Amino acid sequence: MSQPSSDKDVVLETKGLIKHFPITRGIVFQTKIGAVRAVDGVDLELRRGETLGVVGESGCGKSTLAKLLVGLEKPTSGVINVRGQDMPKLTGAALRRARRNIQMVMQDPYTSLNPRMTVGDIIGEPFDIHPEVAPRGERKRRVQELLDLVGLNPEHINRYPHQFSGGQRQRIGIARALALKPEIIVCDEPVSALDVSIQAQVINLLEGLQDELGLSYIFIAHDLSVVRHIADRVAVMYLGKIVEIGTEDEIYEKPTHPYTQALLSAVPVPDPTLRGQRDQIVLEGDVPSPANPPSGCRFRTRCWKAQEVCATEEPALTTREHSAHPSACHFAEKRNVVHAVE
Amino acid sequence: MTDIKAEIDVLPGLDSSARLLEVEDLHVEFRTQAGVAKAINGVNLGLDPGETLAILGESGCGKSVTAQAIMGILDSPPGFVTGGEIRYRGVDLLKLSEQERRKVRANHIAMIFQDALSALNPVFSVGFQLGELFRIHRGMSRQDAKRRSIELLDMVKIPAARQRINDYPHQFSGGMRQRVMIAMALALDPRVLIADEPTTALDVTVQAQIMSLLAELQRERNMGLILITHDMGVVADVADRISVMYAGKVVEEAPVLDIYAKPAHPYTKALLESIPRLDLKGQQLNVIKGLPPNLTRIPAGCPFHPRCAYARDVCRADPPPPQYDVAAGRTARCHFWTEVVGDEPAVK
Repeated sequence: MSQPSSDKDVVLETKGLIKHFPITRGIVFQTKIGAVRAVDGVDLELRRGETLGVVGESGCGKSTLAKLLVGLEKPTSGVINVRGQDMPKLTGAALRRARRNIQMVMQDPYTSLNPRMTVGDIIGEPFDIHPEVAPRGERKRRVQELLDLVGLNPEHINRYPHQFSGGQRQRIGIARALALKPEIIVCDEPVSALDVSIQAQVINLLEGLQDELGLSYIFIAHDLSVVRHIADRVAVMYLGKIVEIGTEDEIYEKPTHPYTQALLSAVPVPDPTLRGQRDQIVLEGDVPSPANPPSGCRFRTRCWKAQEVCATEEPALTTREHSAHPSACHFAEKRNVVHAVE
Repeated sequence: MTDIKAEIDVLPGLDSSARLLEVEDLHVEFRTQAGVAKAINGVNLGLDPGETLAILGESGCGKSVTAQAIMGILDSPPGFVTGGEIRYRGVDLLKLSEQERRKVRANHIAMIFQDALSALNPVFSVGFQLGELFRIHRGMSRQDAKRRSIELLDMVKIPAARQRINDYPHQFSGGMRQRVMIAMALALDPRVLIADEPTTALDVTVQAQIMSLLAELQRERNMGLILITHDMGVVADVADRISVMYAGKVVEEAPVLDIYAKPAHPYTKALLESIPRLDLKGQQLNVIKGLPPNLTRIPAGCPFHPRCAYARDVCRADPPPPQYDVAAGRTARCHFWTEVVGDEPAVK
């Protein structure tokens, strides 16, 4: 993907996006005793025709981020700017119209399709909510076009989800997301539930659709190899914050944040000749609770580089002396963890 | 304690010079309302002490059913072992009574499961569940059993084992729960450990911790390890040998270096070409067309032929391809294995 030049190419932008889920005590009289800081100040930009990968371990807030972006959750504060409109501030018809532009593909193709609805009804349902997109008489034809687009037989419009395999169901989910001709699709772990031989089919489909329709993807996944394959830029999240962001090449070939390095070094590469040849960083302990994150840098409790300054001063996500791309570490420095080291 | 173990070790016919574990021509079917699903159709496997054998395959290929048959925990009905032998040190486990089989489990062959939260009992403390093994299989007192359980938690590196012994499974994180499972499986010092997708539900950093713990414990005890997984990355990191399964058959078996360098079965080759790699950029993914077969209607001839780029008429006609010897210790069930081995990767 070529580097977009002007701001006009930015289709989605978030600023200081925060989502805190309250922790309450009591049943009738609930008092707030704390908050899970699921997303805690996320700034990102998505450009036209681009895929932004979001990676991180479970509990880092990547799925909450997805829900915020498509408006399934209301942010505690912050801006989600889609085509110049601040999504969380919109209501009624304006919100409905804006939502058309940003759709979602869910992780589990088995539970995200209503088993009592036919494929035609599932893919056509967005038209019931947004009738202006396809007039009544045209809907069946539109649905069949969509089925064809995602590589399913248009004649299967009256079948039910259980008559399809996992990979085919994910295609149905993709067709539904495409129904309203959005510019942006948020894919939340779209291939994690699929078998290895089916994964490649769906990845290639998503890539093909992007080229054909000029879509922008937010691609959320825990599988770093899949993200490298599909993403142009990658954001690494830890405990509700982006700790490093850059192009695919910058993140995988020149990671500068210790967490990114640890994460990448833990991913096994399907090549037995590399066994024991790669730099292995084994992290101690578990991810701290997002209800009570560590002071300063959130990664410092598991970091081998941590010093006093890490506990007192939170590192900003910015370019640094030894990091040409933004990295939220006081001691950011490049380290090769993907390839064999001599 | 040692004499009890010795007594339990005595299985009728146990021959310490025989191979640690050998599965020969195993057949398993599930008799369901939708028809008979032939889950396993003649599987051969072998395992030596200290060795890691990976069984690689997609869902429905029969890899977990093979493990369940070896452990003797197949849901029956609907599952039935309809043929073959599973020999542990020369003893055919399938001929043992349920009572004798019970002695084999945990004492000789143990298993860890994918989902530790559902494999552990939620209403008993971890200490109780671990201690149960020593009380029932070893006749230990509660106190001794508790002491041994704490040692086990220490062994799998759970911090503050003495305090955590009274915690319940839900109070542990995913990685810690998997450690508890490993402790439980290794409690009675088995010779064979079967790990069924042990890290699939875990994050990569935790996966790395668990895999290195497993490797360390295996080395210490010189255990045979059967690792069941679909993750070709994990396999490349730990396995000595690999058996690739498809539609209830081992389609290729080979030492780990050979199989990644020069796969001899089209399915293995296609799988390797269809996974994105962390260390490659701008890679093209090869797509395996179609779907794995429905086990109630496995295609005639080679079960992979409808999806295979090498398929010709002989592949579509019965009998299915026999097990060809590719090299010493290396087999493949493909008529055209010489072509497959010779071909360069379709994509790079």
